[in-house]
Amino acid sequence: MKILTCPLNGPRNIAEFTYGGQVKPMPNPTEATDQEWAHYVFYGDNHIGVVREWWMHTPSSYWFIVERHNQTDEVIRTYDPAELFDAGAAPATEPVAADT
Amino acid sequence: MPFLLLKFGLNKDYPFEQIADLPGPTDLKSHYDVVIIGGGGHGVATAYYLAKYHGITNIAVLEKAYLGGGNTARNTAVIRSNYLTSAGVRFYTESVKLYERLSNEFDFNIMYSQRGQLTLAHTDATVRAFRQRAEVNKHFGGRTELIDRQAVGELVPSLNLDPTGAPILAGLWHLDGATARHDAVAWGYAKGATQRGVDLHQLTEVTGVDIEAGRVTGVQTNRGKVSCGCVVQAVSGLSADVSKMAGFPLPIVAYPLQAMVTQPVKPFLDPHVSSSALHCYVHQTSRGEIVIGGGSDPYPLYGTRSTLELKEGLIASAVEMFPFMSQMRLMRQWAGITDMTSDYSPIMGLSPVENYYLDAGWGTWGFKATPICGVTLAELVASGGKVPDLIAPFSLDRFDAFRQVNETGATAASH
Repeated sequence: MKILTCPLNGPRNIAEFTYGGQVKPMPNPTEATDQEWAHYVFYGDNHIGVVREWWMHTPSSYWFIVERHNQTDEVIRTYDPAELFDAGAAPATEPVAADT
Repeated sequence: MPFLLLKFGLNKDYPFEQIADLPGPTDLKSHYDVVIIGGGGHGVATAYYLAKYHGITNIAVLEKAYLGGGNTARNTAVIRSNYLTSAGVRFYTESVKLYERLSNEFDFNIMYSQRGQLTLAHTDATVRAFRQRAEVNKHFGGRTELIDRQAVGELVPSLNLDPTGAPILAGLWHLDGATARHDAVAWGYAKGATQRGVDLHQLTEVTGVDIEAGRVTGVQTNRGKVSCGCVVQAVSGLSADVSKMAGFPLPIVAYPLQAMVTQPVKPFLDPHVSSSALHCYVHQTSRGEIVIGGGSDPYPLYGTRSTLELKEGLIASAVEMFPFMSQMRLMRQWAGITDMTSDYSPIMGLSPVENYYLDAGWGTWGFKATPICGVTLAELVASGGKVPDLIAPFSLDRFDAFRQVNETGATAASH
């Protein structure tokens, strides 16, 4: 069993969580061109290494951020989205790991 | 016979000329007309049809590991064409027709076995969707019909018609459903291609793509630089990673897909049996093992590790369908990296780089498309970039134009 640490509920079985996609900056929906919007919806950066993702603890509907290595499946860090989004709209820095 | 045996026994040399299926390693040439990145089924099939139908033989197939060792070796060897969209059904129906005569064409047995595929409906909504799939399939020349619960029971007597909470209402019976030896498909194509002069370079990893003025001019490998007239990228799980070397992204997310086989038992199951509600499909191989597979993992990963959760879920569903299987032991399990697109359809044809052709986004449906991918990609390359009608709906620019194919006729996946 793989354990994921929820910032709200503590360490839980990963089966209790739902993956919600990469964290990426959203273009302004009223100003973005169709192509920009398509790019935002369908494309990710496909980077092999540590990625920043949305996850939800399904029973409590709590969304949070996971920094995970997408080749070794090692979870580096989990935290409340406020850490990223309270400061401004888009995350400023990319996640870093000890070895990527 | 005993005399012949004695003669052979006393002979120092093997009395027959030995012809290897594949030639030994050769040096990389400095120039190839066509470089194919990826020595899986799709790559070698493309080389084969280019050499056979278009007279182009100055081709290098570059494979970073060994022939057919990626997803060609990791699928569950199901061949079928009972999809939902016109674009998908038309394409896969052609593939099934090519598979039917592949052993004869190769003079090499791919162990093609057309035993039919039965997909189970557990809800009224699924029955309605199946009715549509049966009609679309028939329209394009496939053999598919909707059968009722009683006929399902007669077709597969060992099947539990009342899985917990999901009684079986009807089935989509696809007579063209088949299986083949997946390695033999890759070997057959590779043998045919190399006999016609194609160079298959194993242990040759592409590390860079040379582009001049928006046009591909060559590739760099761990064995040196090769210039080329054009490139075909057919690398399944690492599609988006390789395309980055050519300087453009792909709308692909890599998910692991896990499968497993049980110990071998006496033959009891002729068709493939698949249930979209239980997210599980089961078939028995010619060796007697039962192959169990389902949908991709719940979250992306560039890895082929296996998880207990997914195995538990699959086995629980398999045992619901065939309760006696609870007595069986698992023998092997494995995973592959699937390159999933958001509309469950491939990305084939032109790319933003001139002369750089794509065969990507093969997710969980790549093996069954191997022959038709070879044929259509060979046509694309030989014509210098004229996209064949059959693959036109799968172009990369469909995402920017919101013109997705929306193929939802997956066998037991969660979509």
